[in-house]
Amino acid sequence: MTQIAPAIELKGISKSFGPVQANKDISLSIQPGTIHGIVGENGAGKSTLMSILYGFYKADAGEVFINGTLTPIPDSQAAIRAGIGMVHQHFKLVENFTVVENVILGAEDGAMLQPSIAKARKLLTELATEYGLDVNPDAIVEDLSVGHQQRVEILKQLYRQADILILDEPTGVLTPAEADQLFRILGRLKDEGKTIVLITHKLREIMDVTDTVSVMRRGEMTATVKTSETSPAGLAELMVGRKVLLEVNKQPVTPGPVVLEVSDLKVVDHAGVERLKGVSFSIRAGEILGIAGVAGNGQSELLEVLGGMRAATSGRVTLHGDPIDLTGQSSDGQSRRARGIAHVPEDRQAEGLIMPYEAWENVAFGYHHDPKYQINAILMNNAAIKADCADKMARYDVRPPNPRLPARNFSGGNQQKIVVAREMDRNPDLLLVGQPTRGVDIGAIEFIHEQIIALRDAGKAVLLVSVELDEILGLSDRVAVMFDGHIMGERLPDETDEKELGLLMAGMSETKGAA
Amino acid sequence: MDFLGILQILDSTVRLATPLLLACLAGLYSERAGIFDIGLEGKMLAAAFFSAAIAYTTGSVWLGLLAGIAASVMLSLLHGLASITYRGNQLISGVAINFLAAGVTVVVAQTWFSIGGRTPALTGGARFYEITLPGAEALSGVPVLGPIYAELISGHSILVYVALAIVPLTWWVLFRTRFGLRLRAVGENPAAVDTAGVSVVGMRYAAVVICGVLCGLAGAYLATGLSAGFVKDMSAGRGFIALAALIFAKWRPWYALYACLLFGFLDAAGSRFQNIETSAMLVVILLGAVAAGLVWAGRKSRLDMAVMGGIAALLIGVIALVLGGVGLTGTATIPVQFMQALPYILTVVILAGFVGKAIPPRAGGEPYVKER
Amino acid sequence: MGKMPKWADIILIPLISVLLALIVSGLVVLYIGENPLEAMAIMVRGAVGSAYGWGYTLYYATNFIFTGLAVAVAFHAKLFNIGGEGQAALGGLGVAIVCLTIPWPHWSIALIAATGGAAIFGALWALIPAWLQARRDSHIVITTIMFNYIASALLVYLLVNVFRVPGSMAPETARFAEQMHLPSAFDIVPWLGFRASTPLNIAFLLALVACVGVWVLIWRTRLGYEIRAYGHSQTAAVYAGINPVRIVMITMLISGGLSGLMAINAVMGEAERLVIDNVQGAGFVGIAVALMGRSHPVGVFLAALLFGALYQGGAELEFEMPAVSREMIVVIQALVILFTGALDNLVRMPMESLFLSLRRRPEAAAAGPVPKRTDAGE
Repeated sequence: MTQIAPAIELKGISKSFGPVQANKDISLSIQPGTIHGIVGENGAGKSTLMSILYGFYKADAGEVFINGTLTPIPDSQAAIRAGIGMVHQHFKLVENFTVVENVILGAEDGAMLQPSIAKARKLLTELATEYGLDVNPDAIVEDLSVGHQQRVEILKQLYRQADILILDEPTGVLTPAEADQLFRILGRLKDEGKTIVLITHKLREIMDVTDTVSVMRRGEMTATVKTSETSPAGLAELMVGRKVLLEVNKQPVTPGPVVLEVSDLKVVDHAGVERLKGVSFSIRAGEILGIAGVAGNGQSELLEVLGGMRAATSGRVTLHGDPIDLTGQSSDGQSRRARGIAHVPEDRQAEGLIMPYEAWENVAFGYHHDPKYQINAILMNNAAIKADCADKMARYDVRPPNPRLPARNFSGGNQQKIVVAREMDRNPDLLLVGQPTRGVDIGAIEFIHEQIIALRDAGKAVLLVSVELDEILGLSDRVAVMFDGHIMGERLPDETDEKELGLLMAGMSETKGAA
Repeated sequence: MDFLGILQILDSTVRLATPLLLACLAGLYSERAGIFDIGLEGKMLAAAFFSAAIAYTTGSVWLGLLAGIAASVMLSLLHGLASITYRGNQLISGVAINFLAAGVTVVVAQTWFSIGGRTPALTGGARFYEITLPGAEALSGVPVLGPIYAELISGHSILVYVALAIVPLTWWVLFRTRFGLRLRAVGENPAAVDTAGVSVVGMRYAAVVICGVLCGLAGAYLATGLSAGFVKDMSAGRGFIALAALIFAKWRPWYALYACLLFGFLDAAGSRFQNIETSAMLVVILLGAVAAGLVWAGRKSRLDMAVMGGIAALLIGVIALVLGGVGLTGTATIPVQFMQALPYILTVVILAGFVGKAIPPRAGGEPYVKER
Repeated sequence: MGKMPKWADIILIPLISVLLALIVSGLVVLYIGENPLEAMAIMVRGAVGSAYGWGYTLYYATNFIFTGLAVAVAFHAKLFNIGGEGQAALGGLGVAIVCLTIPWPHWSIALIAATGGAAIFGALWALIPAWLQARRDSHIVITTIMFNYIASALLVYLLVNVFRVPGSMAPETARFAEQMHLPSAFDIVPWLGFRASTPLNIAFLLALVACVGVWVLIWRTRLGYEIRAYGHSQTAAVYAGINPVRIVMITMLISGGLSGLMAINAVMGEAERLVIDNVQGAGFVGIAVALMGRSHPVGVFLAALLFGALYQGGAELEFEMPAVSREMIVVIQALVILFTGALDNLVRMPMESLFLSLRRRPEAAAAGPVPKRTDAGE
């Protein structure tokens, strides 16, 4: 080991938000020219720590050293000056600006735009050849694929001559192939001497690309180890603080008659873009059909159409052989629920729950026409709803079990449990479920997975949409892959692997499937 | 109507469009930066009063102009405080500013001048006068072009030319300068600006202050150029019409000019023709066409048909009244109140989006809260 | 857990905000050259110091309850209805038409019919802005303002050309027939000292009924549940199968109807004819009332009382201190909207940190009661 100063050194960083301590006395040192991973559960404090490093938050206590010198970082400007660049999980791009406008924003050379734009255009061409970061400088960002948008984010940081690059969950929106490409680029950046910090919850990525890795749990840094000296199971245990079963236990499938039949479903959105381009599939009773795919390839629209939130342009959907109205004229979420279709939506905070509503009000949400919640045609029976809520909270282990608490005051896992309790407790014939465990802690993940399996074992049909391949492979009885509004193919989870699904997710059609 | 009559209407179109244009461009800066501003009206009103009051007391219209701008900028800063610093509701803040201006102008006017909430009439150096462009006299003899130059192009107050010059200037600032790039970015995605190390708060305050300056010009022109003094509520909804023009213009400077000229024209036509006498047949055909158009527009859903059909039924009722009153060959009178309401009606029609749908700045109206 | 106790949120913060608004208003009075405390005393005495004052205070409050409830109901669906002024004006038209076309034999029947007329006309005036918002995504704030201007032009036209009494110059309708005269406070409770000229009338009771009705609507009915859900999150409402178009339309119709009901008080109860500008800014006061009352009927009632007192006190003030113009009320109203609405965080942020620091010491006590209650229930 040579005696070079670490690129980043954190000493005793602490940060509280009100009564919640997000970071507790964290110290960390990262060598230059390495890729360092930071893993941890949701809410472990990874993002807070990186936001402090990027000047987004001010630490309550602690010091930051960059290349050996004490560097206070009161704001993002200071972070940029210190050579730190950050690629956020949700891109910070102006969508209707061109690539080059996004790149120079905030780093313009003078009051006039033209010189900066010319300079940036030239530099972008150079970087494209140097690192394989190929993007058309004059393209409008919203027209680019997600993978290319991410490249724009990286180019932004390189244009600012960042030596330290922080990437927050960079692969969540990428196909496996795109992710591989990203890691190749990161490798080249590392060879150039850049220091890279990779925040992720995907242990495999950590194992594949990092040199060293730190584990965070409940605001504390529990370990920092060399990647070569650890294993996924070991990291998982460090993350959760106990042994974790990474596999889901379930009985072999015994499918019954067809419950849901979807044929040639097409959807055009408000902007006139075709989101579903003729989707067909069916689900039998006692079966979980998993839909894999990178976010934004039509899965959300599929759930929305089936859940009655969005009208279809054409196509036919039947439940137990009877057609469902897809025009939205005489159908909505209400009539779907009446037909025995339950829906755990992808975004519980924006869709599944009314955050300022108290838990009991949320338990009736979508089922507020249920006769047992009414006194008469006009008045609702709030007492009955509260009683029902208390009952559901007890049975689904929602904590704290207080029906009067607003939804926003529950943790992500408990919010999801409220949604799951509401939707699954009515014993639906068909369950639509999107991203069931997004932003949910591991304990709640296990619980929610058990509930989905139990419903399937009770002979119900389940449509599962998730961007987590592990979740799809672990729960599904069949896997369909969506790309660009099409179903690229169906596989049995035991007879496929991530590589094959990854190719389908990237739009490479049936190469092996024909065999 | 003769050629000179048309020129006079166009001439007053330019005059009446000027305050709208200034207010519209004011709103453009603010909304492009993501701050909705329905307080344009109040800022204009405050500027109108303070410019007239100071111009009267000092005898200098230029000092008046400065005072008007200062008053308007103060209200802008208040809007900024509420909507940027304290992340309050921008609509509510705008409404409060409108009432504040409506009240304060009259209260202070009463205290200063005690003549029923007005300022005394402005004369001499306390007003902006028409300036004659060089050669207007000499060219006025030239057929067609001469009168156009002398009547329409020449002979406006300096603020009219300033307003017209601000249109290309605004285009240049927005699309050719660093400031413009950041301003537009902060209205589309403030998080992008923030992470790029530029102060969102600073950019938004800058936009709000520019908005105040332009509203100040608009108000000063109302009280010291268009009329000779301040009267209660003299902005008369122009701030709201400017907002509608801004939406119609899709937040673009050149379109803003055209939209404001259109509203200016309506205003000019409305005030020139009081009770318009016209052929009953024309009225019946026009109303019938509008009614048919409404019914056609409502064909897509039952609700649309109920609303559109209801309005159409009202129009048909009016047709029946006209026919019953004067017959098809008679002369119908378009009431002055209708002409006065026309700019407001047109605003509603434009907002209905039957003439093109606009996409507002995406971060508009939302206070910026840092997130991880 | 919430950052503050509920009472602080719904009582303390609005009170502090109103206090701030009054202090700034006092500064304006001081600038005019009058003594704000003296002005305050005159206003309080004028508003609540006599049965005469109370009569006007409660009369104005009745107007503001209706317009305040109108804004409040729309707020629950996150709709900002600034059109109360025009909707109330049209409500007046509805009352006038009902009272002038049919010779109702008794005021009670006339009241029922006029209530329908006022509500329907007010609602219809909100219909087009509502439809434009629901179906065309047009900004309801601007469209309702435009409809205020259009309403005023329409009313001028109708009063000058259609309803004017032949031979009269005044742009107003004929007086409503004698038997339709609504009982005033003098008729009902003369022993309280009201004079025959008091404008306070039975419409005040109608306003109280409206308060209860709105409370039931918002917090006890399925429609209210859907309105609030839509107001909090439109995407979630769609998920739950709540039709956004239906909610926007119904909410705005209710809101417009409530604004229109103001005419029962002002047109039928007080003026007993339709005059130009029968609303006199009450539609706008409704915004301040709803904001200050946190869109809750009880809050709206209390805020309307305060504004009723301000209006009546302001009239007295103008009489005793001519330097202070009547528009001072508009200034106070603007400041109340500013402090209770737009600058809410100015008061809220310091209060939240205050309560947070108060709570930090007895932390267990603050967290305790909530779970305990459910434990006891099991």
